[in-house]
Amino acid sequence: MPGPLLEIRAARRSFTTPEGRDFAALDGIDLRVEDGEFVTLLGPSGCGKTTLLRAIAGFEQIDDGVIRLDGADIGPLPPHRRPVNTVFQSYALFPHMSVARNVGYALEVRGVARKSREAAVTEALAKVGLAQFGARRPAQLSGGQRQRVALARAIVAQPRLLLLDEPLSALDRNLRQQMQIELKDLQNRLGIAFVFVTHDQEEALTMSDRIVVMRAGRIEQAGPPREIFRAPKSRFVAEFIGETNLLPAVVRATVGGMAELSLEGGQVLHARADSLRPGAKVVAVLRPTDLAPAEQGLAGIVRRVIYLGADLHLRVEPEGGGGEIGVILRDAGRVPAQGERIVLGYDPARVHVMEAGA
Amino acid sequence: MTHRQRVQLFLLLTPVTVFLGVFFLIPLGTIAVYSLLTPGLYGGVEWSFYHWNYGRIFGWADGITEVFEPVYLHILLRSLGLAAATVAICLVLCYPVAFWVAGLAPRWRMLFLFLITLPFFASLIVRLYAWLLLLKPSGLLNTVLMGLGVITEPLDILYTPVAVILGMVYIFLPFMFLPLFASIDTLDRSLIEASGDLGARPVQTLLKVVLPMTVPGIVAGGVIVFIPAVGNFIVPDVLGGAKGLMTGNLIEQQFLSSRNWPFGSALAMVIMALVLGVLLVFSNRARRAGGRT
Repeated sequence: MPGPLLEIRAARRSFTTPEGRDFAALDGIDLRVEDGEFVTLLGPSGCGKTTLLRAIAGFEQIDDGVIRLDGADIGPLPPHRRPVNTVFQSYALFPHMSVARNVGYALEVRGVARKSREAAVTEALAKVGLAQFGARRPAQLSGGQRQRVALARAIVAQPRLLLLDEPLSALDRNLRQQMQIELKDLQNRLGIAFVFVTHDQEEALTMSDRIVVMRAGRIEQAGPPREIFRAPKSRFVAEFIGETNLLPAVVRATVGGMAELSLEGGQVLHARADSLRPGAKVVAVLRPTDLAPAEQGLAGIVRRVIYLGADLHLRVEPEGGGGEIGVILRDAGRVPAQGERIVLGYDPARVHVMEAGA
Repeated sequence: MTHRQRVQLFLLLTPVTVFLGVFFLIPLGTIAVYSLLTPGLYGGVEWSFYHWNYGRIFGWADGITEVFEPVYLHILLRSLGLAAATVAICLVLCYPVAFWVAGLAPRWRMLFLFLITLPFFASLIVRLYAWLLLLKPSGLLNTVLMGLGVITEPLDILYTPVAVILGMVYIFLPFMFLPLFASIDTLDRSLIEASGDLGARPVQTLLKVVLPMTVPGIVAGGVIVFIPAVGNFIVPDVLGGAKGLMTGNLIEQQFLSSRNWPFGSALAMVIMALVLGVLLVFSNRARRAGGRT
């Protein structure tokens, strides 16, 4: 079986801040990317995701560790000798060149003959839906069009791996959602592996085959979007990916794959979970969208009602105390009133339990 | 434009218009008129039309009172060549430094910009005489080189074109540096990264991205150095000796020693026309180079 396309082992990189302190941007990163895979590096600013991307591209050197591409150590290679291309956050289109020359640049500098260069440029522009725009200047294009030119320019030389540094962050919301889908389609058609950097969890969930959540230079959790969303390994991941309720609890008993948890206020929460010790301190992760009014469940008082059109957000104070619980109702047949008593039902299989302190 | 805006504009533009009119246009017009008048016997001018001033330079002298001397054209061309060499050397020296300074942290960059302008704080003449002391046969340069055993005989640099070019480059370096720096400083560094990322070797990045994008700075620096360099007479005077006569010295001599004001004026007009011609060609080329895809 062939090895992974990209393999990073124990990568470390530290910077010295202007105040003279050492700061580890990458603190022991292990990462594998398979051929054709769409991997997203997700995390807040300063978590090291951009540094990791720049280390793969060759703009940053790592102090320690190995970066292999197709089994070959590319660590010592300068950027222009790595078969990897980047879509920059600012697009970095050459303003003094036409769109066509921008797109053909990678072939031009490799000395590809004009004829085959033009054919490849036409094809790349067609792939991003800008076939008619070759003669224009970047300044004559809209933000979304520039974005596509940057994409076409990065794929024209058929890199082994495409790196994307928050490429959608400068676009407005509608265009961003449209580009997310187009980007994923393009990646499927090209079959090139993408490493995509973002701080936007929705982008990550929409497009990725695998999400790598980073925090303070380390990988917090890596896995398919559903796993990251449904089974976060830590409080940080749970809070970073979407709205969530984190309820501290103690395991009372486990019977046949079902655990009985005692919440802080004394109410009981059931969760489908194996291998929990009675008496262990845990945190129950409950998504606001997984709660709905029912006959049985968690009882509480509605403290606040926020109407958002399609959604209805509730803040419910559980009976017996404990922190407020957020609830998102998709289809509110009857809008609960403030101060009303409510019972929230849930599916125990959708309650995720993680260790306290994680 | 409202009446109020018009009044404001008038008030703002009047001082500079008056200043330029009095101290630039009138003297320029005077020189243009003088260049077509008869030289007075003891300096000054006689008010009658006289085209031999230009004839002496370009070759239609009458051969009796005014003689055609190709040496004037030679000196003009030599001045243009010297100015061009000064521009070229300043550019080559400044470009990498400007690039480096633009990449520094703000604190250090301020220090270096200050250092670049430091020579302006001392008198030009004093600085040129310092060069005289450096370059003379028993000067610092020769003493050090001979002490190190690099040379056995003192180098005969002073009063040669090499000395003049050294002095010119020294004087005009800051004038090249500042516009270059301003241009390079605004260059988006991610373009350089993008070029490398797409497979361009550093030399290709320089030729295809960095240089074309900093053409405005190169043109500005070139023009700002070239114009005063053509007419400069102090450097050739101090460091060039008798053989290093340049247009600036020639014009100075006509006004001060020879007291032939019309001929000096004609020389000044010719050099101005040449400089304008060179600049037109140059800026047209640059615009076309910048506008190419």
